[in-house]
Amino acid sequence: MTTTHTPDTLHRILDHSSRADPYPLYAELRKTPVALQEDGSYVISTYRELTGILHDPHLSSDVRHLSRPMPAAEAHTTPSFINLDPPEHDRLRRLAMRHFGPPHTPGLVTGMEPDLTAVVNGLIDDFAGKERIDIVDDFAYPFPVTVICHLLGVPREDEPRFHVWVNAIVDSLDYNPKTDPKEKLDNGMQARNDLTQYLGGLLEQRHGRPGDDLLARMANDDGPEGRMTDDEIVSTANLLLIAGHETTVNLITNGMLTLLRHPQILQRLRDEPDLIVPLVEELLRYEPPVHIIPWRAAYSDISIADTVIPKGSQIMLMLASGSRDPARFHDPDRFNPDRQDNQHLGFGSGIHLCFGGPMARLETQTALTALVRRLERPTLVTDPPPYRPSPILRGPIHLHIKQS
Amino acid sequence: MGSADTLQAFRRDGRIVIVGASLAGLRAAEALREEGFTGSLTMIGDELGEPYDRPPLSKQVLTGWVPAGNTTLPRRRDIDAQWLLGVPADGLDLATNHVHLADGRDVPFDRVLISTGVRARPWFVEAEAALDGVFVVRTREHAESLQRAMAAGPSRVLIIGAGFTGSEIASICRERDIPVTVAELAPAPLVGALGAMIGGVAADMQRAHGVDLRCGVKVTKLEGDAQGHFRRAHFSDGTTIDADVAVVALGGIRNTEWLRGSGLAAGPWGIACDTGCRALDLNGLITDDIFVAGDVARCPNPIYEYRLISLEHWVNAVEQAKVAAHNMLSAQADRWPHLSIPTFWSIQFGVNIKSVGVPTFADEVVVTQGSVPDHRFVAAYGYQGRVTAAVSFNNAKWLDHYRQLIETAAPFPPPCPTPDEPADAKPVPVDFPSPKLLAQGATVVVTGHDPGERRVTAAWQHHQ
Ligand SMILES: Cc1cc2nc3c(=O)[nH]c(=O)nc-3n(C[C@H](O)[C@H](O)[C@H](O)COP(=O)(O)OP(=O)(O)OC[C@H]3O[C@@H](n4cnc5c(N)ncnc54)[C@H](O)[C@@H]3O)c2cc1C
Repeated sequence: MTTTHTPDTLHRILDHSSRADPYPLYAELRKTPVALQEDGSYVISTYRELTGILHDPHLSSDVRHLSRPMPAAEAHTTPSFINLDPPEHDRLRRLAMRHFGPPHTPGLVTGMEPDLTAVVNGLIDDFAGKERIDIVDDFAYPFPVTVICHLLGVPREDEPRFHVWVNAIVDSLDYNPKTDPKEKLDNGMQARNDLTQYLGGLLEQRHGRPGDDLLARMANDDGPEGRMTDDEIVSTANLLLIAGHETTVNLITNGMLTLLRHPQILQRLRDEPDLIVPLVEELLRYEPPVHIIPWRAAYSDISIADTVIPKGSQIMLMLASGSRDPARFHDPDRFNPDRQDNQHLGFGSGIHLCFGGPMARLETQTALTALVRRLERPTLVTDPPPYRPSPILRGPIHLHIKQS
Repeated sequence: MGSADTLQAFRRDGRIVIVGASLAGLRAAEALREEGFTGSLTMIGDELGEPYDRPPLSKQVLTGWVPAGNTTLPRRRDIDAQWLLGVPADGLDLATNHVHLADGRDVPFDRVLISTGVRARPWFVEAEAALDGVFVVRTREHAESLQRAMAAGPSRVLIIGAGFTGSEIASICRERDIPVTVAELAPAPLVGALGAMIGGVAADMQRAHGVDLRCGVKVTKLEGDAQGHFRRAHFSDGTTIDADVAVVALGGIRNTEWLRGSGLAAGPWGIACDTGCRALDLNGLITDDIFVAGDVARCPNPIYEYRLISLEHWVNAVEQAKVAAHNMLSAQADRWPHLSIPTFWSIQFGVNIKSVGVPTFADEVVVTQGSVPDHRFVAAYGYQGRVTAAVSFNNAKWLDHYRQLIETAAPFPPPCPTPDEPADAKPVPVDFPSPKLLAQGATVVVTGHDPGERRVTAAWQHHQ
């Protein structure tokens, strides 16, 4: 396995015209599992190498360890734990997890099920009489946003305000100084500041007022490890709000699209509701919402597949490509909810394994089950649908369907 | 008939008998069916009831959280077997290919899998072991009666032996606010498995949680009252303690006595086999139709100089069962070697402990990540300059990386700094071998990913 220059493939993947179907390009990329780019960064595209590197303690999530400074917006704010290494990462993630999952808060996610079902059914009720539905605007977007707002304690009415910020932030994630206008980056940074200020304001009201939402819990926690600072709480809330926005929306939309493209499986799901659990796993492999981890830094020299990636290098991880690697998954381009041993990279792997994974699963299971049960013979209006700009968080921007 | 035809006929109509119907036995049976075996399958087990899982017995069952009866192993698929339960096998006749049962029946086979595991080592004085309130923990019934004794609110529990089982039970006593004394002959808990450095950490953990830990002493006598109930223990240093429950956690005895006279290389150390799980006979010759898996197996590991190693690890039982089942149905050229790097886990005092590799195969250890005082760290073990094992405390997500280091005979101590290196890590020598060079001393490396492609190559071939 040698290192070669394959800039073309990567650039074609990043180009918007490939968004509807990047998978053949991923196959091309996988011919060189560890590919050195012209700018000195490395692209990793095969399952084995991806899982290897995601468990490698020499891989850093902290921009400060990149030898080439990072232009993107995250270089300029208090990092959330997703952009930190142990021990800070571990401490913050643990402190956040205290309020979100076991062992301290068991049953939080499963306990949300009735609420999720109610929100989902409310949204579908509004489809009544509509001939044409946009799965994104009418359903897949409002649903997780309602849920994450409720969970965090962010007023749902403020959605139009932070929607703009979140969009600008996501838009700046793949900022490329060579091809993108500087405005894109500036907008992203401005939006980050605005969102931070906004969340800081909400946090202030929580101090000394215990409550059930995550902001209130984090603000008033007295665990053995003490409390997070306000900055830490705000950066955690930032992360959860953005992640809660942009990933589940795509997962649900990709799911509906995939089901509409596989009518027999859609019918099977109607007949066997339990199929939803392995089906969502397969979806996370086959059409995941997060395609790329845009950067990691080599903290030391990293040897992988007989290549040494020098300290300070930027590393790009092509997760969605790894989940379609034929060396790991039999017949990887087939959507097969009966697949066994489905250790996909849909939520990443290692210490940064998606924090919201259990919730994203449950949301998507609830959403797709209800859609399939309640939609009357739905059909796609355009295939492929139009896609959002981001190659990192990939999904349709609209998904119009008709029902009879 | 060619050998391919014979194999086809065997896969279709052959007779396979599995002796020992627990974790390894059940998983092997499932794998046999998965791989298309349609012949007759017989499961022989001396315990009554369906196969169940043992790790929860010293954990969730003792807290009272999971009833002992709820530990039944999940079934991966229907195995369509004949179950002969509640009766031990007491002989194996290799001349006529029969398993002999204690009730006099004979069961014929074409191929047999032996997975009879280990049983708890009882207290060495029979009359004292029989006292009311003296327990071992290996079976569901054991765990159930110990849980009942703990629920009755004992004044103190004495645990004899601070290996994994003993330490886990001590942890649960503290969780349930029961006073507990742990007696260990070694200088610290877990020393036999993980060495003195980690033993020291384990000792701190126990004491910090209020365990009365006594190391370097032997329990010499268990004393009962007039009603035959355990009341007091005597130690080799002349002291005594009063307690009403004693848990004997002194490891296991391999269930091989029934194979005496069979001509297999079986004894107190287990049943020797090759990496394909085929049993060796007394001469060290490989048998063709006798396979072994799980705690009772003693398997050579090329990574560890081909030494025969027996492991009492859950994952090992599962993986060996899969390899054994595959090989039972395969021609020589399609057989798989069992080359997994061992892994083990335990939970005690709120800490998740996990290991990869064989920590006893080491001459040095170094903390590579995290913080020992916080009980969150990874320690790497090395033998003559290569990584041979690693142990994590609340840091298990990194172990895949260390598994790779072990498989590729990476140099010890691991040379490159990581973000979370402890300040108190031993100073590292200046002169490192390049990370691409194999360390001295390794003769082989493991390559491949899936069981079907995993192979060992000689180190000199691998990186020419
Ligand atoms: C309390 C406890 C906690 C554990 N915790 C962990 C842990 O945290 N992590 C971990 O990795 N491992 C743990 N283990 C070890 C793990 O459970 C074993 O590795 C695993 O059970 C091995 O499975 P096996 O099928 O080889 O053997 P066993 O489970 O011992 O099964 C052997 C079976 O064969 C039967 N048998 C014996 N002789 C005969 C005969 N002559 N005829 C018929 N049947 C016979 C036995 O009764 C038994 O049912 C634990 C074990 C115990 C007891």
